[in-house]
Amino acid sequence: MSSRDDILGAVRANLPKLVRPLPWVPMFDDAEPTSLLAAFRESLIDMGGDFLDAPPGEDPLQPIRQRLADAKVVCSATPEVPGNRSLSDVHVPQDLADVDIGVVRAAFAVAETGSICLTDGNLGVNALGYLSQHLIVLLDPADIVVNLHHAYQRPEFRQGSYATFHTGPSATADIEGVLIHGAQGARSLTVVPVPRL
Amino acid sequence: MNDDHAAVQAAMAAAAQATGGMLYPELAAQSDESVVKEGRRLDHAEGTSHPIRPPSEPQPRGARVRGNRRVSQSEAANRFIAATQHEKMHDERLWDLRQKRDRVMHRIPEWEELRSLASAIKEHTLTHLDEYLDQFEANARSNGIHVHWARDGAEHNRIVHNILRDRGATSLIKSKSMLTEECGFRDYMASVGVKVIETDLGERIQQLDNEDPSHVVVPAVHKLRTDVAQVFAKTLGTDPGNSDVHYLAEAQREATRPLILKADAGMTGANFVVAETGTFVVCTNEGNADLSANVPQLHIASIGIEKIIPRLEHLAVFVRLLSRSALGSPMTQYTSHFRGPRAGGEMHVVLVDNGRSKRLGMEEFWTSLKCIRCGACMNTCPVYRRSGGLSYGATYSGPIGLIIDPTFNRHKYSALPFSSTLNGSCTNVCPVKINIHEQIAAWRKVMAENHELPLMKKSAMKAAGILLAHPTLYRAAIASADVALNVLPRFAIYNRLNAWGRHREVPHAPHQTFHSWYRKNRGTQ
Repeated sequence: MSSRDDILGAVRANLPKLVRPLPWVPMFDDAEPTSLLAAFRESLIDMGGDFLDAPPGEDPLQPIRQRLADAKVVCSATPEVPGNRSLSDVHVPQDLADVDIGVVRAAFAVAETGSICLTDGNLGVNALGYLSQHLIVLLDPADIVVNLHHAYQRPEFRQGSYATFHTGPSATADIEGVLIHGAQGARSLTVVPVPRL
Repeated sequence: MNDDHAAVQAAMAAAAQATGGMLYPELAAQSDESVVKEGRRLDHAEGTSHPIRPPSEPQPRGARVRGNRRVSQSEAANRFIAATQHEKMHDERLWDLRQKRDRVMHRIPEWEELRSLASAIKEHTLTHLDEYLDQFEANARSNGIHVHWARDGAEHNRIVHNILRDRGATSLIKSKSMLTEECGFRDYMASVGVKVIETDLGERIQQLDNEDPSHVVVPAVHKLRTDVAQVFAKTLGTDPGNSDVHYLAEAQREATRPLILKADAGMTGANFVVAETGTFVVCTNEGNADLSANVPQLHIASIGIEKIIPRLEHLAVFVRLLSRSALGSPMTQYTSHFRGPRAGGEMHVVLVDNGRSKRLGMEEFWTSLKCIRCGACMNTCPVYRRSGGLSYGATYSGPIGLIIDPTFNRHKYSALPFSSTLNGSCTNVCPVKINIHEQIAAWRKVMAENHELPLMKKSAMKAAGILLAHPTLYRAAIASADVALNVLPRFAIYNRLNAWGRHREVPHAPHQTFHSWYRKNRGTQ
C-alpha cells in the first residue's frame, strides 16, 4: 500500500466520532477607523516601517528621489521609478544579489497590521523583495483594506503562485531580545503613497 | 538644588517606567539598543519592551539524553536555575513576551471570539481531516506542486534526499521547522553528505552550537549575548570579546548571504495549509523563509498533516492570533502564501504523519493536534520560564511538549507530565483553546496506569493512596504533620525528600485542622 493510502487510512480509522460544524467567520469591521491611511501609517511605524508622503499637490516621489539618486543599484518593478537594473536582465534570482534598493508597487495594504501585500506579479522576480538591501513600496491610498478578514477576500490569494504580506522590514530579536532590522531580508521598508497610473 | 532635585526625580521616573513590570529590575540596561522611530521605542517581533542586559556567565546545558532512558527534566532544570543570570534573563524575556501578548490582546475586542473560532475551525478540520487532505492534494497538484506523503520521519528524510539526489543538489538552505526537528533531518542529511544551512538567526546559532532549539519561536532564548559571541567566534570567526548584538547579527547576515546565493535547494516548513486553494503559508520575522523559497530553483516544504484549514477566510482568524499570541506583535514581518512554483521553479510538498494519525485516535489527547506552535503556553509557564527548553530533552518543551512528547515515546518522556504545577495558565493563553493542563493531568494518570512513575513518586503516591483511602488515618496524619511543620528543625523539612521545600519556604501550618475546627464549632458529625 502507498504511504498516501496508509496515512489517509489511518486518519479515517482514527477520526474522532464527534459532530464539529464549521463556524461562520464575521468580518469584524464594525469599528472602521475614520482614515484607513492614517491607521495604516501608525501600524506600519510600530512594525518598523517608514512612511514618506510629499506635501499635498507636490510630486509624490519627491521624498525618495535623493535616496534613489544616491543608490548604486536600483531595481524597479514599477513604471513610476525607472531604476538602473532592468528586471529583463535578471535571469536568475541571484542576479539581484547586489541590489541596494528594490522598488515595487503594493497590490493593497492592511490598516490593522500595517502590512502591504506583494504578489509575484508585483515583484517581477520574487527574490527582489528579499535580496534588495532596502525596499521602497508604492501604495495607492485607495488600496487599503481595514483588516485581514477583508484582505483574504481579495483575488490575489486565488491567482498567481505567490502573495506575501510584508509588515515592516526584516527583523530579529533572537539575541537577548534586542530588536534589529535587516536580519536576512530587507534592512528597511519605506511606503510611499502614490496613486496608480 | 531645585534643578538637581528635578533631574533626580526625572531620572527616577524614567527608570521606573523603563523597569515597570520587570521581574528582575536589576537586569535593566543603562542604554537602550532598540530601534526608535518618530520618538517611539519599537518592540515588534521578539523585541523586549524594556532595555535589559544581564552580566555574563557560562551557559548551562540541557537535559542528559541517553538512548531510551527516562529523561529527567528536573535534573537539567536544577542546573539551569543554578546559572542565576541565565535563569533570570530567560524568565524576564519570556514573561515580557507574555505581557506583550496581553497588551495586544486587549486592543482587539473580538479576541475571545477569535480563539473560539480558531478552536472550532481546527476541531472541524481534524474531524474531517481525510477529506481536507484529499482536497489540498488535488488543488496543489493542479497548481503544479509535487505532493509526497511520509508515514514517519525516516520516510520524510528519504523522500527529501531522493529529490535532492535526483537533481544533484548537495546544499540546502532552510527556515525553521519543528517538524524537521522531529524527523532528525539535519543529522540524516549530514550522514548522506548534504550540507544544511539554517537561515533563522536563532536556529543558526543553535545549529552552530550543536544544540537543539530550546523554544518553538525563539530557539536561542536560553542563551546570553556572551554565549552567542563565543559560538560565533568559534564558527564564524568573529571577535570573541565583542558581544554587541548588532555586530553579532550583522556578522551572521554577512556570513549566511553567500550560502543563500550558492545553495542548490531551499526548504521551509508551513504554519498553515489551505485546502480550497492548495496554498501553504509560512510566517517569519526575518524573511529567511522567503529567501530559502525564492532564491534557489528548487523549493521543498515539509508539512505536518494537522496544519490544514479549509478556506482562505479561516486564515484570517489564525494569522490574527499567531504572532499576537507568540510575541505580542500584531503580525509576523513576513506572511507568505505559496500556491505553486514560480516561473522556472520547482516546488515539492511533503505531507508528514509521524504519529499524528495515531494521536487523532486518542480520546483524551487528539485536540493537542489543534496546536499552531505559537509558544504562548511556554512563555507563561512558571516551570518552563525557570528551567529552559533544553531541560525537557525532547523536540517540544514547555506545557505543549508535556502532552505531545509522550506520544512519540511513552517511556522516555514519562517523567515530563510531572514538570508542571497544573496552574492552568497555559490553557488560558492558548489561542486554539487546547485544555493543556487537563491533558497534562490525564498523562500523569496514563503514566501511573502504565507503571511509568519515577520511583520516588511511586512510593510517595503509594503512601498518599493509603492515607487518602482511610479518613481516620488521614486526619491523624494531617494533624501531626501540622504540628510537626511548626516544631521540626529546618533540616528535617528542607531536605532531598521534600521536593516542595527545595526552592521555596513551606507555608506556616495552621494551629488547627479544618476538620477539628468544624467538629468544635459546627456540632457533632
